[in-house]
Parts: sequence; structure tokens; C-alpha cells
Amino acid sequence: MMSAVRASLFITCLADTLFPRTGRATVAVLERVGVEVDFPLEQTCCGQMHANTGYGHEVLGLVRRFVRVFGDAEVVVTPSGSCAAMVREGYERMATEAGDEELAAQVRELAPRVFELSELLVRRLGVEDVGASFHHRVTYHPTCHSLRLLRVGDAPLRLLRAVRGIDLVELPEAEQCCGFGGTFAVKNADVSTAMLTDKLRRILDTRADVCTAADSSCLMHIGGGLRHARAGVRVMHLAEILAAEDA
Amino acid sequence: MKAGFPQAARAALADSQLRRNLGHATSTIRAKRGRVVGEVADWEALRAAGAEIKERTLRHLDVHLERLEEAVVRAGGTVHWARDGAEACAAVAEVARAHGSDEVIKVKSLLSDEIGLNDALAGAGIHAVETDLAELIIQLSEGDSQSHILVPAIHRNRAEIAQIFRRELGVEVSDEPDDLTAAARAHLREKFLSVRVGVSGANFAVAETGHVVVVESEGNGRMCTTLPEVLVSVVGIEKVLPRFSDLEVMLQLLPRSSTGERMNPYTSIWSGVSDGDGPREFHLVLLDGGRTDVLADEVGRAALRCIRCSACLNVCPVYERTGGHAYESIYPGPIGAILTPQLRGLDQAPTLPWASSLCGACYEVCPVKIDIPSILVHLRGRVVRETKAEGLSERAAMGAMARVFASRRTYEAAQRMAKLGRGPLAGAALRPWTRSRELPDVPDQTFREWWKKEQRG
Repeated sequence: MMSAVRASLFITCLADTLFPRTGRATVAVLERVGVEVDFPLEQTCCGQMHANTGYGHEVLGLVRRFVRVFGDAEVVVTPSGSCAAMVREGYERMATEAGDEELAAQVRELAPRVFELSELLVRRLGVEDVGASFHHRVTYHPTCHSLRLLRVGDAPLRLLRAVRGIDLVELPEAEQCCGFGGTFAVKNADVSTAMLTDKLRRILDTRADVCTAADSSCLMHIGGGLRHARAGVRVMHLAEILAAEDA
Repeated sequence: MKAGFPQAARAALADSQLRRNLGHATSTIRAKRGRVVGEVADWEALRAAGAEIKERTLRHLDVHLERLEEAVVRAGGTVHWARDGAEACAAVAEVARAHGSDEVIKVKSLLSDEIGLNDALAGAGIHAVETDLAELIIQLSEGDSQSHILVPAIHRNRAEIAQIFRRELGVEVSDEPDDLTAAARAHLREKFLSVRVGVSGANFAVAETGHVVVVESEGNGRMCTTLPEVLVSVVGIEKVLPRFSDLEVMLQLLPRSSTGERMNPYTSIWSGVSDGDGPREFHLVLLDGGRTDVLADEVGRAALRCIRCSACLNVCPVYERTGGHAYESIYPGPIGAILTPQLRGLDQAPTLPWASSLCGACYEVCPVKIDIPSILVHLRGRVVRETKAEGLSERAAMGAMARVFASRRTYEAAQRMAKLGRGPLAGAALRPWTRSRELPDVPDQTFREWWKKEQRG
């Protein structure tokens, strides 16, 4: 069974500032399965927005900060597929391109200990039933970076299937991007909206009450669209459903 | 001056007919590709081999090109070196003129469109007849242009095509596919048998043997490369392969990725000229056209591996909604977004690297493993650093955000400001977002405030 794991929570700037519920739920789920959670207060942002918008030259300081803040962690856990991917897939290349071999080596050493929440639970800890109950109709959107960069596979679905009372319905064309893409949503707002509209149509077709995903940024986009359309469907982060004990 | 992607896309998004045509066509090709790729057990090994062959070749491109020239000359062909499109067009026009021909028949060739060959030939009094069905549709339709690498008329449905044929060919034709192809065949057959100069591009050119390879579906390419007296092939320098055996990998990757077929119907492979068989004169025009500049970018040059299969277009959620014209280039979709700015210069297409949500679907299907999302990000960085395309207000906002994230003190101060709707972290309240999406409510307590209060720190 499980040995006591001590996980450092990398909350992400977005969840810290705008979606603290997701952070609290992440802590609750991890503690329920016996993980000891700590939260280094010196953390800020992984730099993904800067890097993906063409301001990679502003990010090196954030790479160094991340390594300094989390370098000693047993494991790092984050409720965001894209921020985990930034650290695991992006950091080493950025350090190498900047010619900082020492930093690149530090990143190489740290990256394998960085996990997105569902990965930590299912792959590292071998837990699928986290003791949640949630009596609602739910559909799951696999976010692009969880799917294609982290390759989390069906880990989030395994966790959801084990939730008591859940009515989990498959989202058609689930693997199509919701159209967020960071600053893409603003720089190409029309295309982004067209992609979002098709995603919303699929979600509404499932007649789910809740759309869930493992990334606050994509959920902010989908949720913003659902609210704008007054669709009466809400978004919840995967962690919030896994933390629920509604009966 | 080009409108730029965001603006060009807006018109396309509003065209309901276009959206329907594209949605139908891309999802059909996507499904076909998925099926035939799924049945190849060593597909990932093939992709890796394809990527390595291309990567190795590009590293010693000069050597392979000189070997190609020697082999083509040895086989009785003539090689022309063209620095840019104008030189390549002039070489083709000169060959046609030398044979007294005011008409050439053409195999579908992206490169010829990249360099504006048809217009250049028209300027020299030579009419270029497109013989690929889709290219013919585009040519007959005044003011239209290609919107897909493999299926250039993907934005047209068969009812629209029937209208074009009735109007331009003066034939009575229904919108049944068999009828449409029969009308095109009748029109083209006469050209195949009478025009004396053929023009093609190439999918591959083999340095070892001097073979040139054209892969196609309709058989028009076979006609154009065998029936005329003279054949001119205009080929980008990145198309060279070192060895004939490299085709073993490429000819497996290409048809499955592009048309979703196990094997394409026609593969024409020839070297130079042979007595009594095919054209009596063969000219190979090798074009640089900005490619050596692309080679100079260590990250961006992987774009030159591209074998023009168009799998990335068919899986791209952006392309599926905008179609090809929004990219304002003969190379649309994800590959176009990395190729066009590099070939034309970043300042000529500065919006294209942002024409992607970085979802990564393109990289997953690319048969030569071009990491398109990473190259897009790299080119975004170059646009920011090397051009003035990104405005001062964006630069200022990104700088301010970077300072916010640089320390715990500035970050927590910005979070407090955001609750009041002010400061760099509240700057996300941009109009393009709120036109179609609500902003989340800023909560009373950040996560870290809860953590500090609750327990723990």
C-alpha cells in the first residue's frame, strides 16, 4: 500500500488568485488519501503565459525561482496539466537555449518529480477511489496539454469513475481543443470563440450539469462561455469533484 | 499588404457554407487517416525514420544537392539553379519558348504556386493548363485560390463545382462526382495529347540516382510527365533524399498521412531521359527561394522536413474553422504558420505564429515529427524580439507581469490589487475576451491567504 508521501503543492498563479476552491479541494483530496501537503509561499508563476506569447526571455528568472522553491521537494503536485507540462517539457529547453547548463541539469533532476494531480494519484500512488461522492451528471474534457504533452491518458477518468453517485457521460469529440490557448483567446478571439462554441455545443448535447477538467485555465474559458450563454451548466475542477462528499 | 490572420479569419468564420464544407471534408480525411495509420504496427518507428532521414539530409544539404545534379546530368537531364522564384519562373519560360510552345500542361505543384509560376508564364505569353481536378476548378474560377495543400478546392462543394464547369467549360453537367470528373477528363484529354511541354513539381528527388518522384491520385501527373516532348520539374532544394532506398520509408508515410490510403494510385519515378520512352528533354530547376535562410534557424529549420502530406491541416481545430485562405499563403494550416513566416520573412507574416492554440494535434500526426507547437513558440519569440509587430502596450503589459511574478512581495501585492479590480493581474479584463466569455469573479480570499490563516504556514 501507500507509504506516506510528502507533496509540495504548486498551486499555479491562476488558481491561487482566481480559483482558490480548486486549491483547497486539491489539499483535501491529497490529505484524504494520506499525502502530507506543504505549500511553499515563495512560489509565483511557472511563466507559461510569457513563454507561449513570445516573451520567453522574461521566463528564465521564473525557471530559477521554481527550481529554488521546489528543488528539495519529494514530489511536486499541481492541479494544472499545462503548468506541469511547462515545467516538465519546457523548462529544460529554455535553460539550454539560454546556455545555462547548470540550470538545465537542475531542471532535469527535478522534472520527473513534478506531477499533475491525477497522475500523482493514479500513476504514482496507485489510488483510483479517493472516497468521493458526487450525485450529478458530469462530462469530462481532456485538456490538450494533459493529453498530448503529459500523456495522462485515462487517469482522470479512472478517478471520476470511482466517485460514488456520479453519472459520468462521455463528451463527443472530447479531444478537440476548447480554443483557450492562453493569449490565443485574446489575439485570435474570433477563432477562439468559434472553437469554444463547438465545445459548448458538445457539452450541452450531453445534458450534463457539470463539465470538469484538470486545468483551471481551460475551465475558465469553457466556464466563461457557459456563463456568457447563460447555459445553466457549471464547470468544476477535477479536484473539486474528488473532494466532494455530498452524501 | 496582407490583412493578417485574425482579420482574414473573421470573414471565413462567418461563411456558413465554408464551415460546413470544411467540417465535413476534414473529419472524413481525419477518420480515414486514423484507420490506415492504426493498422501499421511500426508506425512510430517509421515516423522516427522519416524524421531522421530528413534531418540528416538537411544537415549536409549542399553535398546531396551536388550529387543530385551529377546524377541528373549523367542520366541526360539538365539542371538549373534558381536563387528565387523569379529565376525559377524564367527558367521554365525559357524552356517553353525554346520549343516554340505557348502552352504548358501542369501537374499539381505547390512550389509553382509559391513562386507564382502561372502568372509569370502568362506574362511571357505562355498559358499554363492545370490538369489536377481541384487545380483545374480553382483555375476556372476567377479570383479563387487554393485553400488546402492536398485538396486545394476543399472550400468548394460539388454543387458549386458543377456551376463552375457549366459556366467555364460550357458543358451540361450534373453535380454527381462521376459526371464532374468525366467533364474534366474530356476537357483535359485533348491537352494531354497536344501540348508539347509538361511542368511538374516533385515529392522527392534522389541524389544517388537522379530519380524524381511524383506521387498522385488522378493519373494526370503520369500523363504530364510521360506524354510531352519536354518535361520541366521545379523542385525546392529541401526535397532531396540521399538514397533510393529512403523512398521505402517516405512512400509508406506519405499516402497514409495525406489521403488516408495505404498506397496512392500513381507513383511516377524517372531519371533524365530514355530513348523512345517519355520526354526527349528533361530539365530540373532547383529552387532555394529562402530555404537556406530557414536552415540558418536551428529550431525553425525542422519545418523543411515537411513532405506536404497535409495531415496537420486536417487535425487542426483552427484550420477546420477558418479554412486555408485566412493564412494568406499557399501553405496554410499549422505547417503554413511555421513555413510562411520563415520563407517570406517574419515581418511579412507576423501574425501567423499566433494562428494556433498550441493544442499539439499537428505534432501528433506529423509523419516526419516536426514539433510544430515548439516552432510556433520559437517564432513568436523571434517576432517579439526581431520585429515591431507586437505593440508597445503588449510589451509593457508583459514586462509588468514579469515583474509581478519576480518576487513573493510584488506577487502578493498584485493579488491584493486584483481584488480591487486594479493592477497587472486585473489587466486580463480585455475586451476581446469579454465579448464572448464572462470573466470569473475575483474571490475574497486567495489560496495562499487561506493557507496562511488556516494552518499551517
